[in-house]
Amino acid sequence: MGFLIETVIAGLMSGVLYALIALGFVLIFKASGVFNFAQGAMVLFAALAMARLQEHMPWPLAFALAFLIMVMLAWLIERLVLRHLVNQHGVTLLMATLGIAYFLEGLGQMVWGDDIYPINLGLPKQPTLVLDKVIPGGVLISNEDLIAAISAAALVALLTLFFQKSGIGRALRAVADDHQAAQSIGIPLSRMWVIVWAIAGLVALVTGMIWGSKLGVQFSLSLIALKGLPVVILGGLTSVPGAIVGGLIVGLGEKLAEVYLGPALGGGIESWFAYLLALVVLLIRPQGLFGERIIDRV
Amino acid sequence: MAAVLKPAPMPAPDAPTPAPAAEPAPLLQLQGIHLRFGGIKALQDIGFDVRRGEVRAIIGPNGAGKSSLLNVINGVYQPQQGQIIFDGQPLPQMRPGRAARLGIARTFQNLALFSGMSVLDNIMAGRNLHMRRGLLAQMVRLGPALHEEVANRQVVERIIDFLEIQAWRKVPVGRLPYGLQKRVDLGRALAMQPKLLLLDEPMAGMNLEEKEDMSRFILESREEFGATIVLIEHDMGVVMDLSDRVVVLDYGKQIADDTPDAVRNDPEVIRAYLGTATQQE
Amino acid sequence: MFYRENGQFKTSYVSDTQIFPILQDRWFVAALLAVAFVAIPLLGSDYLLRALLIPFLILSLAALGLNVLVGYCGQISLGTGAFMAVGAYAAFNLMVRISGLPLLVALVLAGLIAAVIGMVFGLPSLRIRGLYLAVATLAAQFFADWVFSHVPWLTNGSSSGSVTAPNLQVFGLAIDTPVRKYLFCLAILCVLALAVKNLVRGRKGREWMATRDMDVAASVIGISPVRAKLSAFAVSSFITGIAGALWAFVHLGSWEPAAFNIDVSLKLLFMIIIGGLGSVMGSFFGAAFIVLLPIFLNQLPGLLGIPASTSLISHLEFMTFGVLIVVFLIAEPHGLAALWNTAKNKLRLWPFPH
Repeated sequence: MGFLIETVIAGLMSGVLYALIALGFVLIFKASGVFNFAQGAMVLFAALAMARLQEHMPWPLAFALAFLIMVMLAWLIERLVLRHLVNQHGVTLLMATLGIAYFLEGLGQMVWGDDIYPINLGLPKQPTLVLDKVIPGGVLISNEDLIAAISAAALVALLTLFFQKSGIGRALRAVADDHQAAQSIGIPLSRMWVIVWAIAGLVALVTGMIWGSKLGVQFSLSLIALKGLPVVILGGLTSVPGAIVGGLIVGLGEKLAEVYLGPALGGGIESWFAYLLALVVLLIRPQGLFGERIIDRV
Repeated sequence: MAAVLKPAPMPAPDAPTPAPAAEPAPLLQLQGIHLRFGGIKALQDIGFDVRRGEVRAIIGPNGAGKSSLLNVINGVYQPQQGQIIFDGQPLPQMRPGRAARLGIARTFQNLALFSGMSVLDNIMAGRNLHMRRGLLAQMVRLGPALHEEVANRQVVERIIDFLEIQAWRKVPVGRLPYGLQKRVDLGRALAMQPKLLLLDEPMAGMNLEEKEDMSRFILESREEFGATIVLIEHDMGVVMDLSDRVVVLDYGKQIADDTPDAVRNDPEVIRAYLGTATQQE
Repeated sequence: MFYRENGQFKTSYVSDTQIFPILQDRWFVAALLAVAFVAIPLLGSDYLLRALLIPFLILSLAALGLNVLVGYCGQISLGTGAFMAVGAYAAFNLMVRISGLPLLVALVLAGLIAAVIGMVFGLPSLRIRGLYLAVATLAAQFFADWVFSHVPWLTNGSSSGSVTAPNLQVFGLAIDTPVRKYLFCLAILCVLALAVKNLVRGRKGREWMATRDMDVAASVIGISPVRAKLSAFAVSSFITGIAGALWAFVHLGSWEPAAFNIDVSLKLLFMIIIGGLGSVMGSFFGAAFIVLLPIFLNQLPGLLGIPASTSLISHLEFMTFGVLIVVFLIAEPHGLAALWNTAKNKLRLWPFPH
């Protein structure tokens, strides 16, 4: 019983991280209609920056500097890439972000190095034992994971508030609907995009920081980020709550499948289970659990 | 040459005379069509018929449901209530693919041309239903597939000549001016050798000369290709000249169904759509 | 001056729809084929054949297959590696389990198996499009990665999924030297490229392109988007499956599932973007580009006199890919093929400016 609960918790925890990655995707999609294939590369880039900077300064300063770098990156991406692809097909923009992803991965590793780097946030590493009076053996919870979950929740709450309540949030939603229309009512497209990509950069940084603190920062981080895709599909591409719920479902489902189905199938199910789940949901409900229906007008 | 493109053989036993007569069964019959989008009633209790070989106009103010009506006829929308009878066959469920196979073709108000293809390819695409050779034959091409391609190319060239767009046949359609694109749209529909041709505002955005050309093409489509035509049009001059009978829609309801002259003098129609001289003062 | 259509009138529809309507083009292609079939086998070094030309031929074939699906039919696919893997392992199983099976038959059968699998994974395209379809194809990719390293039957008992190709021979002639391997791949590529070109300029191509451009309008004129999409998946997977088998048998010799992972899928996608979507020639251009780029980057530090480690080179490769994709998408979305056509058009006017 205790093992089941631990598995569930472990699944939820990785679900939190998936949710964060998915959040980055959803933010950019909601606000600029682009699916940002480079989100994973941004996580890697941000985490690498912070990890290397942290070797020379306390981590809050490294965090701030890394964030600044991400803002600059957002500005560059808008200036050099997005500006020239206004109102193109979604597929074109997707391919462009693929290009950005490759570029960032190469650049990040060239500049910051391609080893594995730790991120030290001063978080307690020992797990706490809880519920040992209720369940025999108790349940081990990692404090690190707990703090990660809480920070992630705080970030999500902040962002949701931002989008719903602020003027910029409204403008961003207009941009997501129709670039040209938003431009024609005077919304400064370029500035909006820089803002969104900077926010996504912030989310990427937080994600990278949390994940890097757990596993160390390395190249495979960008591949894990690919998992964000099925999460976002499951939850719906335009929904922040969808990203959260989707992340938790995928994280949980993956862990449970691995633990309980894995042995029967030879293990390694985690590599594709999330995709299978997303596919099944897609076929039943093409817009995802929380997404908006796409209507084709003739 | 004329033998290359004949009107599609009609299965009905009655004589295929183009002149409207009471006895031959109408090509298309709509009965009690109701169409709703959520709470919006797009069409209410629409019922009329279209005789073989006639030119039927549908007119009405913007938003009256004219395009929706065409969409119902060729299966893009499914009405909640009502019956469509085409060529004597009642059709419970109409879908675009089915409509195409039955011999219903249409053009679109906003042009639905295949932007990545040339004029020739767009119109050849309309021949798709008439081409049978399978995948393997096409891969080899020499022999049956090439034979079929050439035969259908001849049909399409006839249409290209008819629409006077020879000079642009290899040009990607996206590069053509609007008026020519409309002709390609018509050409593609004609390539299907349809029994019924639905035209959604074929003259929209055209100047006088272009309208004259298009009117000529529409009338000749009936002569040369034997199609029955239903068209949506705003230009009353065109409607009066071209059509045999007119249906008038207003806010989804049918308010008149008669010859052009009768409709022009119908007080209901005048109130809803045409207006009178006194109103303009 | 040299490149003119003056006097070249077409008097039949057959000649109007030929692949190379301009006489000078036909000369050029004939010369190219002469070089490819005669000059290179006689004069080319083993290195040229093994490291450059054979990979180029096989990747061109794979890119061609992907272009059918993505460029002509507009269905995005990130799982090409999976279908190549299916082709490779299917061919392997057929050759190993059915003794005496001719190589060409095994290749065709492997292609057909890949085509069926392709259609299965293409079924989602009937309900979803764009990004969502990309996810479905990614599912195929990761699932294939897992299947070939976890299901021993598929790899004839190998626990890691790594296998070795059997000896190759066609009609009793052993295909063991680089020259023979090169000619083998070249022949297969020519046959399949011609088949695809015929499909694409005929009825099937129009069905695919209509579905790509506006599938609602396509169904209105009687083209079934279902048939178009499934046939695109089938033909595309057939070709990439054969390419996968060739890659495994001829180029690699021994391989494991990781040889067909997502990197391969993404590389192929880059090839057709850079080379030109919806263009047979573009597939060749793209493949040439991707094959030559790492070699060029490898030589570059030497040429510039700057020392560079292999990891630096690989980082540079990533960065160059990224930059080039973006540059092409902004400046010339129709890829190198479009640039080539523009150049040819300018040549038709030369020496006049317009």
